[in-house]
Amino acid sequence: MITDIFHILQDNWLLLLIGQYPNGPLGGLAITLLLSVAGLALAFPVSVLLALGRISPFAMLRASAAAIIYTVRGVPLVMFIFWVYFFVPLLIGTTISGFTTMLVTVVLYEAAYLAEVIRAGIEGISRGQTEASRALGMGYGQTMFKIVLPQALYNMLPAMVSQFVSTIKETSLGYVISVNELTFAANQINSTLLTKPFPVFIMLALIYFVLCSMLTQLARWLERRISKRRTGKPAISTTAVNAVTAAA
Amino acid sequence: MSIKLDFSVLLREDYPRLIIEGVATMLQLTGYAWLLAMALGILLALLRMTRNRWAERVVAVYVEYHQNVPMLVQILLWYFGVPTLLPDAMQLWFNQRHSEFLFAIIAVGMCMSAYISESLRSGIRAIPTAQMEAARAHGLSYLKASRLVILPQALRIALPTLVSHSVLLFKNTSLAMAIGVAELTYATREIESQSFHTIETYLLTTAIYLGISLLIMAGGAALENHYRIKTR
Repeated sequence: MITDIFHILQDNWLLLLIGQYPNGPLGGLAITLLLSVAGLALAFPVSVLLALGRISPFAMLRASAAAIIYTVRGVPLVMFIFWVYFFVPLLIGTTISGFTTMLVTVVLYEAAYLAEVIRAGIEGISRGQTEASRALGMGYGQTMFKIVLPQALYNMLPAMVSQFVSTIKETSLGYVISVNELTFAANQINSTLLTKPFPVFIMLALIYFVLCSMLTQLARWLERRISKRRTGKPAISTTAVNAVTAAA
Repeated sequence: MSIKLDFSVLLREDYPRLIIEGVATMLQLTGYAWLLAMALGILLALLRMTRNRWAERVVAVYVEYHQNVPMLVQILLWYFGVPTLLPDAMQLWFNQRHSEFLFAIIAVGMCMSAYISESLRSGIRAIPTAQMEAARAHGLSYLKASRLVILPQALRIALPTLVSHSVLLFKNTSLAMAIGVAELTYATREIESQSFHTIETYLLTTAIYLGISLLIMAGGAALENHYRIKTR
């Protein structure tokens, strides 16, 4: 069994890492990471806007942000992928690649989840901060972007790392629409070998496991460090981290 | 861009049957996987509470694995990989029956049990140990103290995350389509490829998913409200 896994890795490590790259499209782990990093980075500004909408003083904005977030949280990611797959080409008039489809999906999906993380961060900053900065003559924008958000985002750093882990796991669904990412590469290997499904998929699981659990450890370390810095005491629980890693 | 919606298409052919069977399969999958996840989750949380180093370690590895590997990969591993480890007679038995449904339940249930055990554990940890000591001092046995004093409070604390994990479990049953379980997402794809009425088909099933998700969330909110400690 272990020798099987070793042999498969030895024969296919390049395919798993970068796909058929120099002679074909980039794929494998490189695409998984690219999708996750770009997806989360692009989702970030959208999620800040959604979070601000969610706690804005205007009922209309609050309601529409809440509607968007609840809709995204109530529909499976696979359904989102198919929506983007069929409707983005319809909207813009040209076909888009599997990679773009997956990227758009990840951005839309993650924006809603990240928005709730950021909202929790903003609500965790005491009202006194806002009041003090308003009293000093700063407007809403300045208060939000110079006082509240920097602190909120710093506090939410561990949760955002967890969200990155979720995103990596979500990109595995690219397999369903044949995006050349890690899960797809493993399936290619499986269909060429035919007789070794267990070693192939356990190897795939282990690759994700190593990658994601390293990031989870990083999130825990950040959480301990941040809470020590803020309260002078060690962290009590990792619930905040665990609650958000749940997606996909 | 103007699109005419014609939902009557969905009543043609055997589409209504496909949708209804899809919903039924989805609900069955959700129900069985939820029961498995809850049972395993409670067991894991209890094992982790025993303060036995080995039990704790095994549970920690189990939880880490299931939280850090994509559920789709876990499903693929169960469906394609695990049967090959079994003796031939059992493989044949699985192939003759709809093994994809069974493996989907196992994969989804086991994956979510990790999350459920974590939220139960953090609920239990939030109860001060003095509560247990006080209950024992009053003459309750360990089990009675757990059942009557600790668990009711721990469950109240864990409820919000349990509900969100239930929604997640429900949504993630859609991944079973990857191994050919004819649940709602699978049925949607079938109908879409036969009828070419993409928008109507997807609108309907998205609405079904959203409706059930919101129902679970609302049910959870009602439960939380019911069990909230009334304060003035």
